[in-house]
Amino acid sequence: MKTKKSQRGKRKKWKVQLAKRKIISGNHAIVDGAIRAGCRFFAGYPITPSSEIAERLSELLPKCGGRFIQMEDELASMGAVIGASLTGAKALTATSGPGFSLKQENLGFAIMAEIPVVIADVQRGGPSTGLPTYPSQQDLMQARWGRHGDQEIIVLMPDSVQEAYELTIRAFNLSEKYRTPVVLMTDEVISHMTEPLDIPDEIEIIDREPPGVPPEEYYPFDSSKGLVPPLAPYGKGYRFHITGLAHDKTGFPSSDPEIVHNQLKRKLDKIRKNTDDIVEVEEFMLKGAEYAIFALGSVARASKQTVVNLRKEGVRIGLLRPKTLWPFPEKEVRELAKKVKKIFVVELNYGQIVGEVERFASKYTEVDWFGRANGRLIPPIEIRSFIEDRIK
Amino acid sequence: MKTEVVKKYLRLEKMPTVWCPGCGNGIILGSLLRAFELRGRSKDDIVLISGIGCSGRTSGYVNVHTLHTTHGRAIAFATGVKMMMPKMSVIVVMGDGDCTAIGGNHFIHAARRNLDITAIVYNNGIYGMTGGQVSPTTPYEAYATTAPYGQMEAPFDIVELALGAGASYVARSSVNDVPKLDEIIVKGIRNDGFSVIDVITPCPIVFGRYNNLTADPMKNLEWIRETTIPKSKAAKMSEEELRGKWITGIFRDREKPGLINLYLDLEKRLSKSGSVEDKGEEA
Repeated sequence: MKTKKSQRGKRKKWKVQLAKRKIISGNHAIVDGAIRAGCRFFAGYPITPSSEIAERLSELLPKCGGRFIQMEDELASMGAVIGASLTGAKALTATSGPGFSLKQENLGFAIMAEIPVVIADVQRGGPSTGLPTYPSQQDLMQARWGRHGDQEIIVLMPDSVQEAYELTIRAFNLSEKYRTPVVLMTDEVISHMTEPLDIPDEIEIIDREPPGVPPEEYYPFDSSKGLVPPLAPYGKGYRFHITGLAHDKTGFPSSDPEIVHNQLKRKLDKIRKNTDDIVEVEEFMLKGAEYAIFALGSVARASKQTVVNLRKEGVRIGLLRPKTLWPFPEKEVRELAKKVKKIFVVELNYGQIVGEVERFASKYTEVDWFGRANGRLIPPIEIRSFIEDRIK
Repeated sequence: MKTEVVKKYLRLEKMPTVWCPGCGNGIILGSLLRAFELRGRSKDDIVLISGIGCSGRTSGYVNVHTLHTTHGRAIAFATGVKMMMPKMSVIVVMGDGDCTAIGGNHFIHAARRNLDITAIVYNNGIYGMTGGQVSPTTPYEAYATTAPYGQMEAPFDIVELALGAGASYVARSSVNDVPKLDEIIVKGIRNDGFSVIDVITPCPIVFGRYNNLTADPMKNLEWIRETTIPKSKAAKMSEEELRGKWITGIFRDREKPGLINLYLDLEKRLSKSGSVEDKGEEA
């Protein structure tokens, strides 16, 4: 009963924006972050362990000028958020592995048509229905390559409730800035654990760039406007065409080899040439490190404890934790590889991101790997035993 | 006069269309454009959304907000647009395969949900763009590249499907009766809920050639004339006589608030109770 009362009190405070600190789950932090970022549309389909995001937004959105809809499937919810985004709204959908697979189709459309949307993927164990109520990091490559065709994607991975809030806002900011879908990837643990969230007073919110030219001079894919041409919202006199077909600057289909090449290259380059802005990593106790762990999300959280424990034993070890998984932090991994004797990749799967680390580190140092995906987190003690065994 | 109306809404620089000689899609497009004019909507207040296939190309030809989506998903995209911009006329055009095969789930749920979207189905009973495969509306025993021995499955009746799923407005016409087609599209756009307009249209180049109608447009139109029966006439015919026929007319035109109106009412109620924190940008 007591909990219920405080819950009600908290909600009231939210409305007048008084709560500076709250104790909430990762999924609810994503909701708060989305509303703060200006998200006013959500379309989704129930799936464990992400459903709390939809549930809470169904309550909050109609209260703050936003709209919520539960669609008939994941394909439809991805389509609906793209439609909403074209009206100028910031839009979110949330899912987990099996639903993420279904979203890939229209996620590819959003990449091709350059529509800003945010997808929260709360990872659970796979393949297929897998382990609905247990965490994994088995969508790392699905997020990168789940769709057909060449493309770049931005994927952010928080390791705490606080960061789930902050990176949700960053996901919206990056999607608006680069006119592209952004995936916020947590797992069952990050999304369901409850932690304090400190709500910052000031936070940077980026809205998409307005067209800047009158309708008759506007082209939705105009490469002369730089790598990210502005996207005009519906209903303001800008009538243009959007298609998933290869297109020219006007948005109409084109199969001219030069146009196809230039447009696709620009879509890739807008991410590739801005990796310094997009990539964020945390360097934990890496100063003077002889060894380094490379880990993400909840596994990085456990790895931090391992680092602290091993440091106490005199092992000079640190952690590199990408907050941005894709585009991959190549530069950071390369620099780290030049400094340490060995990089231990630890992940909650049977070997996904290790290949990527090897691509950029193997030239300079050794890469070793530890991981599994049996539904249980990898505790610090296991990571420690693995490392101790390898550095004997 | 009619030509002028059509020209007003077309992206003339995109002409000619990709559609084959004798295709009925252009006739449906003409009716749609006249409906825009009759409804008096500005080009900035219309969003035209299409899927994949021959019908999918429609959006590119019309000078409104146009969105050419993925196969079967046009209604899903339209849902997002309509929810955030309730004042827009949101029109979806789809083929029969687009709407009732790959997009079947979106179609029935849109009808159930009753969001104010007008869905026009270019129903030629065949996958034209991919070369003539059998579709969910291919008539029983008709031939297609993937039904070389004749279609063994029963076709969907899109009207029955839409009625059963709860659409507010359900009608069918063929491209043979253009004034009627104009009328049912106007009424469909006017309806506050989900409107379904099934348009029987010829595909002489693929369907016609496989089904002893040849590529001659007139023979195909003649066949459609014989197989479409107005509702009033059908009422006097036996089940046997109606086998393999499409009944045309308006089957439902119900006045019922669409989903978005219910949502707007909810927002008003929440606003009155003082729980609205921040009025987002009004569409």
